[in-house]
Amino acid sequence: MNRREFLKTTTATALGAAAGVAAPAFINKAQAQSRAETLLIVSESGPNNIDIHGVGTNVPGYEVSWNTNARLLSHGMKTDETGKQLYDRDAIIPELAEDMTVGDMSATFKLRKDATFHDGTPVTARDVKWSLDRAVSVGGFPTFQMKAGSLEKPEQFVVLDDHTVRVDFLRKDRLTIPDLAVIVPCVINSELVKSKATAEDPWGLDYTKVNGAGAGAYKVVKWTAGTEVVYERNEDWKLGPMPKVKRIVWRMVPSAGNRRALLERGDADISYDLPNKDFVELKDAGKLNIVSTPYSNGVQYLGMNVTKPPFDNPLVRQAVACAVPYQKIMDAVLFGLAKPMFGAAPGTPTEAKWPQATTFSTDLEKAKALLTEAGYPDGFETTLSFDLGFAGVNEPLCVLVQESLAKVGIRTTINKIPGANWRTELNKKELPLYTNVFSGWLDYPEYFFFWCYHGNNSVFNTMSYQSPTMDGFIDGARAAAAAGDTAAYEADCKGFVDLAFKDVPRIPLYQPYVNVAMQKNVSGYQYWFHRRLDYRALVKEA
Amino acid sequence: MLGKILKRLGTVVPSLIGVVIVTFLLTRVMPGDPAAYFAGPAATPEAIEEIRRSLGLDRPLLEQFLAYVVDLAQGDLGTSLTTGLPVMHEITTRLPASAELTLLGLIVSMAIALPLGVLAAVRQGSWIDHLSRVIATAGVSLPVFFTGLLLVYVFYFILGWAPAPMGRLDFFFSDPERVTGFFLIDSLLMGDLELFRAAFSQIWLPALTLGIFSLAPITRMTRASMLAVLASDFVRTARANGLPPGKVVITYAFRNALLPIITTLGMVFSFLLGANVLVEKVFAWPGIGSYAVEALIASDFAPVQGFVLAMAILYVLLNLLIDILYGVIDPRVRIEA
Repeated sequence: MNRREFLKTTTATALGAAAGVAAPAFINKAQAQSRAETLLIVSESGPNNIDIHGVGTNVPGYEVSWNTNARLLSHGMKTDETGKQLYDRDAIIPELAEDMTVGDMSATFKLRKDATFHDGTPVTARDVKWSLDRAVSVGGFPTFQMKAGSLEKPEQFVVLDDHTVRVDFLRKDRLTIPDLAVIVPCVINSELVKSKATAEDPWGLDYTKVNGAGAGAYKVVKWTAGTEVVYERNEDWKLGPMPKVKRIVWRMVPSAGNRRALLERGDADISYDLPNKDFVELKDAGKLNIVSTPYSNGVQYLGMNVTKPPFDNPLVRQAVACAVPYQKIMDAVLFGLAKPMFGAAPGTPTEAKWPQATTFSTDLEKAKALLTEAGYPDGFETTLSFDLGFAGVNEPLCVLVQESLAKVGIRTTINKIPGANWRTELNKKELPLYTNVFSGWLDYPEYFFFWCYHGNNSVFNTMSYQSPTMDGFIDGARAAAAAGDTAAYEADCKGFVDLAFKDVPRIPLYQPYVNVAMQKNVSGYQYWFHRRLDYRALVKEA
Repeated sequence: MLGKILKRLGTVVPSLIGVVIVTFLLTRVMPGDPAAYFAGPAATPEAIEEIRRSLGLDRPLLEQFLAYVVDLAQGDLGTSLTTGLPVMHEITTRLPASAELTLLGLIVSMAIALPLGVLAAVRQGSWIDHLSRVIATAGVSLPVFFTGLLLVYVFYFILGWAPAPMGRLDFFFSDPERVTGFFLIDSLLMGDLELFRAAFSQIWLPALTLGIFSLAPITRMTRASMLAVLASDFVRTARANGLPPGKVVITYAFRNALLPIITTLGMVFSFLLGANVLVEKVFAWPGIGSYAVEALIASDFAPVQGFVLAMAILYVLLNLLIDILYGVIDPRVRIEA
């Protein structure tokens, strides 16, 4: 190319580009047809691994695992007073199993004979054993979750014949059976995955990271990390009613404003992570169906490190609990989309359930009096930390708390911690004052308290709270639940709730909502303990 | 020419080695613990240690570095933990997406900025000079995500002229067969005009956003450079000899003004390629900028290292290209070299 030609081409390109005018998107009839059979979901982020047993699989990955795999057991549905479908904690129904016999120290499952994996291989008892062995052996989150139901060793899973599996109990635990119905104990095509396993990777995690090997109602046909996941219905699905939607496209749209625009323009069918403000406005506009459900067994709280002054003094903690601007947080941060966990009338009887509201409400006079009594008449200085990964809620919340605490003399500096760093900082258990959320898949009060308040100091006991009385109540409730002693169980539950509200190592603020917005022609949304979408029941009308 | 290129490439090696070392060290001193992040919310300290071990993060820094360099020499950039895929694969699919968008944005920008700059210089002090000043100031002072959201609001939400801002293609279409990785080119190579139209309808709005953002430097540089050339002796001579004004301005003045403009274009291009992360976020564009930022947030070392390295190589190639273009445009550069 010589310089004359170069100049000519540059000018020509520039002119060409100037003349180019965009044509609006064009949709022909065939496309419209296919759109009617496709459900478009938009959300902020997507999976990093489609196998929940993988190293560091993120929460969107759980959704893929849930919908593409089958488990021995599942849950039935119940309908609440507003007509909303919720999973029923107490209705455990068979999925891959057709029959379950629970004995004293074991449970025996008879498998369905017609169930097949996506590649057509029949599901056998060996696949079940291999998959459960894998869940308790790979380490990390899956193994931890299995342990929560006292499922710890491969020896617990015994193959009796091709279609019968026995699960032996290590100890009596009421959570063992529910724990077999969560996302983790999914049944994987063992022959297929074993053929891809290597010496360094005996469980074939590298293969299942990007390849489905399940027997679920949907299969992943395309996955572009960070962009989209495309599913197609498993036409051989026999473990429940045939799902209505043939094809599901899940696109990642990082900008919340655009997700809302997509919904309002009718281009996207479902979105479930929009800011609360958008949900409230969409609800008021009435063009979309908005479903809000409280997180089961989940609470946003203000935690305090009880090992160090000033928060080692229960009076100081109570003072903080009286100085939190609860209602302002509900109105200005959450726009009412949360269930208050404060302000119960004094004298309200404690119930054997969780979460439940405390009797605290904003009372600055009382807070000052408590601080004076504790020996801090002029207050003190401290830092208030939060996770920037959830800044949309955490930041305004902390600003309101800071402002209110200043009125009683507690001067706080806000410490914003990036998402990548949050768990490291939290696990050090050195943050004096912070806000965080805990929620458990298994919806039992003693489960929540065991992780968050027990003296064995799990990672969720972020306050380092230690109390032999508390441990006594929690252990008592677990034992009573396993033995089926309702009276003792309720007494222990009330005991630990009362003590948690008296000692207040953490101040419950509210129960967050899962908000899902969908088009009017989309129905069948079900709330599940994992709070992700179950595609099987969704219906899209033309 | 070839010898010159090879010589230039030779000088690049030390800077690339520097980039490799610096990015490696920088990613290790970043706050945040990838093991804790990827162990999940329910991780026990033992689980975190287990993950640390499986990621090789418990080994001494020097050992980690050597392992990294050995992998790098084999073309292996490691695996991203956030997306779960090899970094090499991600970069080769995402870089074309960003490059296509950036190039189109640059073309849009040039189509407006070059004539505007030339006219502003020729009619210095006139209304068109003021217009160019206003446009350039507005372009650079509006944050790019704001322009993007505004354009989405107007052209998608209100008018409906643009399709949903959901990446490179509507979900109904599947990607064209990969030749260049540029959807506009690949769809034409396949002869699929409908696909081309679909890809174009997705790209024009983000390209316009980027174009508006990069108007300022190109307009100002064109204007300044043209002013200097127009004041020079040879232009005066050309005018005195009675050459038509169009010929004086385009053939003589503009060509001589091109050198600094090309330099600016190169800088703007490489700057845009890395900095269009906000546009990528607004338009859900699967580009390299948003990939790197997400990795950074998650303390995901491999993609960050891969991204910086890819950018460094790209920068080097771009500078080389510009140097070659200098020679094509201005023979004096060749002779002096």
